[in-house]
Amino acid sequence: MIVETQSVQFNSITLDSGAVIAPVDVAFETYGVLNAGKSNAVLIVHAFTGDAHAAGVGKEDGKPGWWDNMIGPGKAFDTNRYFVLCINVLGGCRGTTGPSSINPETGAPYAMSFPMITIGDMVRLQKMVVDHLGISRLLAVAGGSMGGMQVLEWAVRYPDCVAAAFPIATTARHSAQQIAFNEVGRQAIMADPDWNNGNYYGFKPPARGLSVARMVGHITYMSDDSMKEKFGRRFRNKGAAAFTFDDEFEVESYLRYRGNQFVDRFDANSYLYITKAMDVFDLAQGYPSLAQALEQAHSRFLVISFTSDWLYPSDQSLEIVSALRSRNRDVAYCELSSNYGHDAFLVEVGEQTDLIRGFLARVYKEAA
Amino acid sequence: MATDSAPLPARRLIKEVLGRGDYAIIGEIVEPRSKVLDLGCGEGELLEWLMDHKQVTGAGVEISRERVQLAIARGVSVYQGDIDQGLADYPDQAFDYVILSQTLQQTLKPLKVLREMLRVGRRVIVAFPNFGHWRVRWAHLVSGRAPRTGLFPYEWYDSPNVHFLTIQDFEAFCVEQNWVVERHYFLSGNHRVKSMPNLRAEVAVYLVRAKHP
Repeated sequence: MIVETQSVQFNSITLDSGAVIAPVDVAFETYGVLNAGKSNAVLIVHAFTGDAHAAGVGKEDGKPGWWDNMIGPGKAFDTNRYFVLCINVLGGCRGTTGPSSINPETGAPYAMSFPMITIGDMVRLQKMVVDHLGISRLLAVAGGSMGGMQVLEWAVRYPDCVAAAFPIATTARHSAQQIAFNEVGRQAIMADPDWNNGNYYGFKPPARGLSVARMVGHITYMSDDSMKEKFGRRFRNKGAAAFTFDDEFEVESYLRYRGNQFVDRFDANSYLYITKAMDVFDLAQGYPSLAQALEQAHSRFLVISFTSDWLYPSDQSLEIVSALRSRNRDVAYCELSSNYGHDAFLVEVGEQTDLIRGFLARVYKEAA
Repeated sequence: MATDSAPLPARRLIKEVLGRGDYAIIGEIVEPRSKVLDLGCGEGELLEWLMDHKQVTGAGVEISRERVQLAIARGVSVYQGDIDQGLADYPDQAFDYVILSQTLQQTLKPLKVLREMLRVGRRVIVAFPNFGHWRVRWAHLVSGRAPRTGLFPYEWYDSPNVHFLTIQDFEAFCVEQNWVVERHYFLSGNHRVKSMPNLRAEVAVYLVRAKHP
């Protein structure tokens, strides 16, 4: 399945803060065919550093999408049955307007003059794309991690537009620990002299800071067990320490590699803006309680968490489930067994596929 | 209330599909388009059947992760958790029926569970194996050991059953708790037992509600 990223431009979007971005470009991809009744659309919302390329093989770079193992013919999100849509988030750097985009008023990149964005703003922009495609009700909105936050926001903000909501390995609000890890990442970027208060476009990007931020991120995405299994205390070349500060341990080498690789595909300012949006996100904001926020939703919920995920632990999923149950909302919940930590939502394909394929088929049948 | 409200083909089907007499009875009791919570719902077969044939809104609680996964894969909204603490989140009278099929004898605190069920549901459907059945009595009398029968097949040390009750016990219990028995059904295999249920019925199914003030 060869796919091409599409784009659409809207005149403007007004943010939660009241600021306006005009115009706003959005990158998205679609897979499968929208039926005549436009009733088979599934929106996939991506995680922090993801993009619109969720499935298939990219026409230009030949790379598979970030959730290609879950989206496609016969897969969990079966493109023979459903029209699947994925949109790059507002503030991103993969085709949708973000801090690296040109501000038409100045002719220069926004950089730190880009307004603060929220998860709600991301979702509102997605809604504009969904409206643009003439879809009035999504069969499902699904996503993991930051994607899960957007799923929750969709269900609360647009209750009539979401038949089923699949928040995976996520939370209704960040804990102090989650904010802390993001802050370390941001400080790593801002401590890099190349960051230059965000004005590095056309110059050397803050590659060292951004790659350290990514290294920290990767540690939080894995579990102690999966790191033991993957690296242990193994050395990269010889069997013993040479007592240098080179990347002697395999784990050091891996983290450096992932850090360096990340610099080529991600913008440091987008990192700042998006992590801040995650930290500020609180689904209960504007409501007396989380339960009262979720009471707005009328979707069928399927909440999934993973045993070894310590970044978004099952407790946080259970908080969502408990709030939904207290308001008599329709919710299925399962904690899947996995060693992969937070990465599990990208890696554990088999069991997630069984859950999602079956549940989605039922929702489709009920909606028909 | 007519016990013959479900059309015959539906009743035959539920027996064929589910193969359990108590499920067939439950299929008869539950009114169309009601809200149903099934405790210890296993793989969600009963809820799926009720969703398909009675257009109910179903929810389930099940402790086994494997079974929860199978139930969700059927599209049934099941929550992974145990019955003893699994009901606390629900508001009062959230469901029309709360079902406890063949697990009452396995709960640690049956009274607490039943009270919770009557709090979250307008009506409770309880099915349990009758410890007063003649075969159980006979096995105990003849062997002098903890009775093992088709209905109670376990050795005393590995039995999931922790409370053993008879039909008479349950009836007395309802009176004591001031609960109203709206309907009851007694089964031997898939056949109805009409007389001497405490001796002859293997399984009892009760439809119970709290007494209105």
